[in-house]
Amino acid sequence: MNKIVKKQKLADGINLFEIEAALIARKRKPGQFVILRLDETGERIPLTIADVNREKGTVTIIVQVVGKTTEQLGTLGEGNSILDVVGPLGQPTYIKKFGTVVAVGGGVGHAVCYPIARGMKDAGNYLISIIGARNKKLVILEEETKSFSDELYITTDDGSYGRKGFVTDQLKEIIESGKKVDLVLASGPAIMMKFVSLMTKEYRIKTIVSLNSIMIDGTGMCGVCRVEVGGKTKFACVDGPEFDGHEVNYDLLMKRLASYKEEEKLAHECYLKTMANSEPIN
Amino acid sequence: MKKKKKKKRAPRQEMSRQDAKQRVKNFNEVALGYSIEAAILEASRCIGCPKPKCVDGCPVFVDIAGFISLIQEKKFVEASRKIKLTNVLPAICGRVCPQETQCEIECVLGKIDEPVAIGRLERFVSDYEAEAGEIEIPARPDPKGKKVGVVGSGPAGLTLAGELAKMGYGVTIFEALHKPGGVLVYGIPEFRLPKAIVAREVDFIEKLGVEVKTNFVVGRTASVEDFFNQGYDAIFLGLGAGLPWFLDIPGINLVGIYSANEFLTRNNLMKAYLFPEYDTPIKVGKKVVVIGGGNVAMDSVRTSLRLGADETHIIYRRSRKELPAREEEIENAEAEGVIFDFLVNPVEFLGDEEGRIKAMKLIRMELGEPDSSGRRRPVPIEGSEFEYRCNTCVIAIGQGANPLALSAIEGLKLNKWGYIEADWDTTKTSVKGVFAGGDIVTGEATVIEAMGFGRRASIAIDKYLSTGEW
Ligand SMILES: Cc1cc2nc3c(=O)[nH]c(=O)nc-3n(C[C@H](O)[C@H](O)[C@H](O)COP(=O)(O)OP(=O)(O)OC[C@H]3O[C@@H](n4cnc5c(N)ncnc54)[C@H](O)[C@@H]3O)c2cc1C
Ligand SMILES: Cc1cc2nc3c(=O)[nH]c(=O)nc-3n(C[C@H](O)[C@H](O)[C@H](O)COP(=O)(O)OP(=O)(O)OC[C@H]3O[C@@H](n4cnc5c(N)ncnc54)[C@H](O)[C@@H]3O)c2cc1C
Ligand code: SF4
Ligand code: SF4
Ligand code: FES
Repeated sequence: MNKIVKKQKLADGINLFEIEAALIARKRKPGQFVILRLDETGERIPLTIADVNREKGTVTIIVQVVGKTTEQLGTLGEGNSILDVVGPLGQPTYIKKFGTVVAVGGGVGHAVCYPIARGMKDAGNYLISIIGARNKKLVILEEETKSFSDELYITTDDGSYGRKGFVTDQLKEIIESGKKVDLVLASGPAIMMKFVSLMTKEYRIKTIVSLNSIMIDGTGMCGVCRVEVGGKTKFACVDGPEFDGHEVNYDLLMKRLASYKEEEKLAHECYLKTMANSEPIN
Repeated sequence: MKKKKKKKRAPRQEMSRQDAKQRVKNFNEVALGYSIEAAILEASRCIGCPKPKCVDGCPVFVDIAGFISLIQEKKFVEASRKIKLTNVLPAICGRVCPQETQCEIECVLGKIDEPVAIGRLERFVSDYEAEAGEIEIPARPDPKGKKVGVVGSGPAGLTLAGELAKMGYGVTIFEALHKPGGVLVYGIPEFRLPKAIVAREVDFIEKLGVEVKTNFVVGRTASVEDFFNQGYDAIFLGLGAGLPWFLDIPGINLVGIYSANEFLTRNNLMKAYLFPEYDTPIKVGKKVVVIGGGNVAMDSVRTSLRLGADETHIIYRRSRKELPAREEEIENAEAEGVIFDFLVNPVEFLGDEEGRIKAMKLIRMELGEPDSSGRRRPVPIEGSEFEYRCNTCVIAIGQGANPLALSAIEGLKLNKWGYIEADWDTTKTSVKGVFAGGDIVTGEATVIEAMGFGRRASIAIDKYLSTGEW
């Protein structure tokens, strides 16, 4: 059992949770994730560790509501507990001084990008952050990101905040401005990572992406998380989740992410129905 | 006393099973066990050899003649306790041991008649003991003041932990998944080994004083070095063979192609057959094919039938004679309607626009000269490829050593396949204080062999910790 010690709403449908998990906090390096299971009938889902507090023995996760499990997690509050939390999983990010690093986070993908970006800044890089969101209400961690970034840009699809357009537009402008970019980090929807990678490939800029494939055990035992990188099969949970963006087969990733679309919809609807029929908690 | 007059021996007692038509519609256990009468009758077949051969076939040396004679005396609980002196998981072994190649193949009766059904009797008495609510917890011995860390809660780890606790060591099991049991919980299906039985056996081991820490991935949450720094005196690695093999052919990553590990884990550990009551989904199409011919393939194909597939196939590259699965499991699968396609092998998977598998390309095989395993080697027949439609595919061609915990242990010797090099007798590895056993040493083997490692490790660890000599 892992107690939630803090919950904070960051945006519509995006919450931050600080959870007791002392052992994980002690070992975690940026880029790693946990897998959690809410209750006995629950699914195991992976979530990036956004931050840790070693003194308090806690880890922070930032979660967007997209389906049944994330919806249910969203109903939990301070004092509630999560049945299982395991980690830290995955390879840590290879952090060193590259020079100028651009960190691109799309949607809740910025929660994945954020700890890596901070690690890059701490390693002495010149850090440019780009946060992309559908609209103003969905922009997360702006103040926090600003505090450690050398430059920060925000793009929204509808133009309700920052620059109107996609993160790729902003990235292109930065590159075209003549600044020498040594590394691009990208995390977000597969389609976003695909277009970022297509673009940086043209400019021959090394690009690291953090893949969000479906996972179960997170230890290399089941193979559900397999992705194709450079024509070879890799397991995202143990070989990744970060890979060379120019080598990833994104179309395959997107198809595999959609494997259970109907079942996920059904699970979510069933859950919402039982919630509507049950007594309100507060 | 026994009469001189020769009594006619009863025939080997069948164990009743759920009817094949019924059982494919549920996940309940297929075999239903012996009645008291059948058990006594079967036990009466054993002639109580003075030097029983059967024991030679049992990796943990169960006193077979001894426990069967107690059944003859209707002392069922005592019989179960007799088994437990050397085998802490009798209800599990009675169900899943390949007895026909272990204890029963050695039984002298087998030469003239059918062997005594040792496994079925073992199952009967341990279930009897549990149902009678008379599970005995041995008294805790004086603590030895030494700690042992056991990594992995499969049969190797559980057995070792139980034995060490009985000697008075402090034992903690570290398990990566959220439930202890290893393959017993995530691999072997409910209809062959009910999970309640595994839970009962794990509970017994906890009652012996063993602490079980789940959600703990050694190599990530902590390293073996950390354990030694925290005052553990010895470590045992019982990690299993948890790395699924895939075929290196085009299309292997299409949607709808599962490793057997994924397919079985979704269903057994995550209870996907109860979706949406349980959150984890599983999807089988109308026609399911399973590639492989071992027990894992049989478990997968029979699972897919129960999940509602209309047509299920086993695709195997050799012939029926070479199938590595237990005969009983092959018969069960056949009775349930599984179709076997022999002497074919996939060369490519074909997908639709959504990237979902819709067919595969198979090539016909013929058997050539025997290979190193003594089985005739399958050789592809050139130009014999053909297309074969299917909606779901499970790859059950075996597994290898998962390197996750191993790469970080300095000085640990692995063999060329990546398994740990450990002494068979003492289970010692190349690193002082580190022992290993079960599938991570031998490659995929059996429950009882893993338990044999656990037992031998307990003796070796006790010796090491009492003398300090490596
Ligand atoms: C390494 C990694 C790190 C991640 N970090 C974050 C994070 O920091 N914040 C965040 O909000 N999300 C993160 N995700 C995504 C998150 O795991 C999914 O949003 C979550 O599993 C959805 O579960 P659900 O039941 O709410 O939705 P569902 O309705 O079940 O699924 C919605 C979508 O999420 C994906 N998904 C479903 N089940 C799984 C699963 N078991 N494992 C992975 N993906 C799944 C599928 O693409 C699916 O279509 C991460 C994923 C990975 C692999
Ligand atoms: C589907 C299937 C059916 C089978 N049927 C039979 C049968 O009928 N009869 C039979 O005798 N045998 C059968 N076997 C084989 C048998 O199950 C194995 O030989 C046996 O379970 C091996 O035991 P073990 O203790 O070595 O490892 P496992 O049972 O594999 O357990 C290893 C445990 O270690 C954990 N672990 C791994 N890495 C780490 C880590 N880094 N940190 C923490 N924990 C870790 C794993 O999660 C797992 O729980 C079957 C196997 C499968 C897959
Ligand atoms: S443990 Fe297995 S091999 Fe040994 S006697 Fe029992 S059934 Fe036979
Ligand atoms: S060999 Fe057969 S008959 Fe003899 S003791 Fe063993 S089980 Fe009984
Ligand atoms: S999640 Fe199972 S192997 Fe990666």
